Amino acid sequence: MNGYFADVGALARKDLLLELRARDTLPAMLLFVLATFVVFHFALPSGSSDLAASGLLWVAIVFTALLGLGRAFVPEREQRVFDALVLAPNDRSAIWVAKALATLAFLAGVEVVALPVFAAFFHGIGAATVGGVVLADVGICAVGTFVGAMATASRARELLLPLLFLPLAIPIVIGGVGASIVDSPGRYLGFLAVYDLIFATLCWASFDYVVAE
Amino acid sequence: MIRARELGKRYGEKRVLWGIDLDLPRGGVLVVTGPNGSGKTTLLRLCAGLAVPTEGELEVAVDRGRLGFLAHEPLVYRELTALENLDLYGRLYRVPERRERIGMLLERFGLWDARHERVAAYSRGMTQRLALCRALLHEPELLVLDEPFTALDAEGATLLDAQLRELAGERTLLVSTHDPARIDPLATLRLELAA
Repeated sequence: MNGYFADVGALARKDLLLELRARDTLPAMLLFVLATFVVFHFALPSGSSDLAASGLLWVAIVFTALLGLGRAFVPEREQRVFDALVLAPNDRSAIWVAKALATLAFLAGVEVVALPVFAAFFHGIGAATVGGVVLADVGICAVGTFVGAMATASRARELLLPLLFLPLAIPIVIGGVGASIVDSPGRYLGFLAVYDLIFATLCWASFDYVVAE
Repeated sequence: MIRARELGKRYGEKRVLWGIDLDLPRGGVLVVTGPNGSGKTTLLRLCAGLAVPTEGELEVAVDRGRLGFLAHEPLVYRELTALENLDLYGRLYRVPERRERIGMLLERFGLWDARHERVAAYSRGMTQRLALCRALLHEPELLVLDEPFTALDAEGATLLDAQLRELAGERTLLVSTHDPARIDPLATLRLELAA
């Protein structure tokens, strides 16, 4: 098991190093989410309820994540590095875990800036919303990375990723919006946690089948 | 080491390889030739376990971690240095005395002085040398090389010749090439694929 975590660590560190060098994912995600908030700010009629703004927060999070997920496997695709990773003797699910962790780090980094900006543009953010965002991020990165790996093997990858990911993200949006707007968010947070658990387990167990040609 | 019977591969409607029979014993050197589009790369990807046959049978008696693969693409990260790339693979393959092994390969293939440069700054030939280092890093039992002389200059090709001569007999080699004369003296088995 130590070897497994060492593989995950080596692969995730590589992703962070690549981003540090190339800087082509994090800045794009950050600009996108901030631009989205500006658009929403002017698109919402004055006097709109906080409920509407809460919904828009989740739209922004999901589409920002989608932008990051679209870039997640680009370094592996460019030089077919994926083949070399697949041939390594380690458990292949380590590739998925590492990529999901790196994507989670990028998304969390973006949200550290984006959530205060959202609060400044629209309304304050409570602990339940923050909790919902954390749980949603785990689900988004688990499912999105899995789907991203599937799409990588396809010629229509730019189309396939949103087509597969967005339907799978609907429960995340339901849970996230619910946790943001109700007085007792426990049920929705629990729902997000269960979603994370089920989908992370499914993705972890079936990643091996995704990478075979 | 490799046994194939009526091996074939289709991608959708397109049949790219068919009717391959092979018996390559441990320590053998198989040289695969044929024009572009004849299925050389597909055959090598099947043997490496990177593709699944759609026809026939294929047995490759080697663990995944004991296989070295050199493809058309170098399979290295362009934004990492040579050292960082090899260190990553060394960790994933659990190479013992990783740093010494990496240093030895980089020296042998003339990349030691450029070890801290990003691969993006390498020439095509230097990248191919690095790809060879990556394929040889874990001292594989079975080495699958898809047109390994591509992009190498005279010095690089000579280094590779020497490396292959050293490995032939000890390790099993599966090499595709458009230039069979280079590797033919080492071949114990030849396979010519038709377009």
